[in-house]
Amino acid sequence: MSVRHALLGLLSEGPKYGHQLRQEFEERTGDVWPLNVGQVYTTLQRLERDGLVESDDTASEGTQNVYRITGAGVDELGIWLHTPPDLTSPPRDELVIKVLVALRMPALDVRDVLQVHRRYLVELMQQWTRLKEDEGEFDFALALVVDSELFRLDSVIRWLDAVDGRLKRAEIEPPVAVPELPRLRRRLAVRR
Amino acid sequence: MNVLELREVTKAYGEGMAQVHAIENVSLSVERGALVAIMGPSGSGKSTLLTIAGSLEEPTSGEVFIEGAPLSTMSHNEKARLRRQTLGFVFQDFNLLPGLTAAENVSLPLELDGMKAKKAHTIAMSMLGEFGLGDRASHFPDQLSGGERQRVAIARAVIGNRHLLLADEPSGALDSVNGEAVMRMILNACKQSGVAAVVVTHEAQLASWADRVVFLRDGHVVDQTVPPPTPEQLVHTAQQR
Ligand SMILES: Nc1ncnc2c1ncn2[C@@H]1O[C@H](COP(=O)(O)OP(=O)(O)O)[C@@H](O)[C@H]1O
Ligand SMILES: [Mg+2]
Repeated sequence: MSVRHALLGLLSEGPKYGHQLRQEFEERTGDVWPLNVGQVYTTLQRLERDGLVESDDTASEGTQNVYRITGAGVDELGIWLHTPPDLTSPPRDELVIKVLVALRMPALDVRDVLQVHRRYLVELMQQWTRLKEDEGEFDFALALVVDSELFRLDSVIRWLDAVDGRLKRAEIEPPVAVPELPRLRRRLAVRR
Repeated sequence: MNVLELREVTKAYGEGMAQVHAIENVSLSVERGALVAIMGPSGSGKSTLLTIAGSLEEPTSGEVFIEGAPLSTMSHNEKARLRRQTLGFVFQDFNLLPGLTAAENVSLPLELDGMKAKKAHTIAMSMLGEFGLGDRASHFPDQLSGGERQRVAIARAVIGNRHLLLADEPSGALDSVNGEAVMRMILNACKQSGVAAVVVTHEAQLASWADRVVFLRDGHVVDQTVPPPTPEQLVHTAQQR
C-alpha cells in the first residue's frame, strides 16, 4: 500500500493538517489500514523533500503543519494512478509450494492437505463477509476493501479446486507426470 | 430443535457393478434461523443431499427428520403437505411459472394450500415489498432480470411461514452483485423470520454468507467450518497477545 500516494490523493482535494491526513486516510480505507502518526509524518517529510508537497512551516516538526500538494505532486499522483502495480512475476507462493511438496509424498492424501487450506480460507472469507453484512451498506470504502479481500481469497480457493479437479482426472485417465521442480522453474523463467 | 436432521443418510443409484453411492453416511443438522452452505465439486452429491432433505427422493438407508418427524413414517399425502407448508425450494433456473406475474408466482403456494386468492395476493405483495421487489410485482418473469427472478423465487419459497429453505445453486448464473443480493435475502429470511436454510453452492463467495459451511467430497461430509469467533472472543485473543 502506497501511503505516499494516498496522502497525495488526499492533498489533491486541498491543504490539510498532518493529523487530519491520518484520520482521513483511515476513514477512506474503511479503517482497515491503521496508520501511526510517525508514519504520516515521515512520509510527509519525504514528500516535501522530493518537492511533491509543501508546508507552511518547514522548520517546526509535527502534524500541526498545514500541507499542500505542488504541481509536481499532482503530476506524480496522475502517473501513479495510471501505472499498473507489478503483478507480472509469479510470487513464491507458500501454499503452492506446500501442495507441490505434498504431491511428492505418497503416504499423504493431497486432498486432505487441500481441504485444510480450503477450510481456513472459507473461514477467513466468512469473517470478511460478516463485516460486509454489518457495515458494508453504510461504508462504501470498507465494502470495496472487503470485496478485494474476498476476491483474492476466492481465487486461492479456486486454485485449490482446480488442483482437486486435476487430481481426480489423473485418477481416471493415465497418470500425469508431476513436472520436476527445476524444470517448472525454467519454464516460468522463459515465459517471463 | 433442529428444523432438519439427516442421520447417516446413504443414497445409492443403480445396482451391482453400476451402483453409485451419490451420498454415503451423511449426517447434518440445521437449527432454526441457521444458514448452512454445502460446498463441493460437481458430482459430490450436493443435489442428492438436497432432494433427500426435501422428501423428493427416499434415502437408501438412514433417516431424515423435519422438525423432529421422521420422513420414513410419513404417507405420500403427509409428505406432500410438508412440501406445501413447511419446505421451500429454489433451484438454479426455471423457478417461476412464465405465465404468472411475480406476485402471482409468490402467492401460488398459499392458494394451492387452499387460501383465498385475494388474501394470498395481499400477503404476496407485502412479502415482495419487504424484499425490495414491490415495484416488480406485476412483471412477468421474462420482464425481470436474472437476479430479480431468483429473489422472487426465494420470496415464494419462504412465503406462508415455511421453516426450511432448500436452495440448489440459487445464484449459479448470476454475477457477484446479484449473487450477493440473493444470499443477503436468504440470510434475512433466516435472521428475521427464523427460517433454516440449506444452500448448495460451489462458490466460496456465496458460501461465506453462511453460519456454517459443510464440505462434501465424493458423497461424504469431509469437513466443516468452525463458527467464526464473536467480537468478544476476538478482543480476548487480542488481549492475550
Ligand atoms: N438419478 C440418478 N441416477 C444415477 N446416478 C445419479 C442420479 N443422480 C445423481 N447421480 C450420481 O450421483 C452423484 C452425485 O450427483 P449430484 O448429487 O447431482 O452431485 P452434485 O449436485 O454435487 O453435482 C453423481 O455421480 C451422479 O452422477
Ligand atoms: Mg447439483
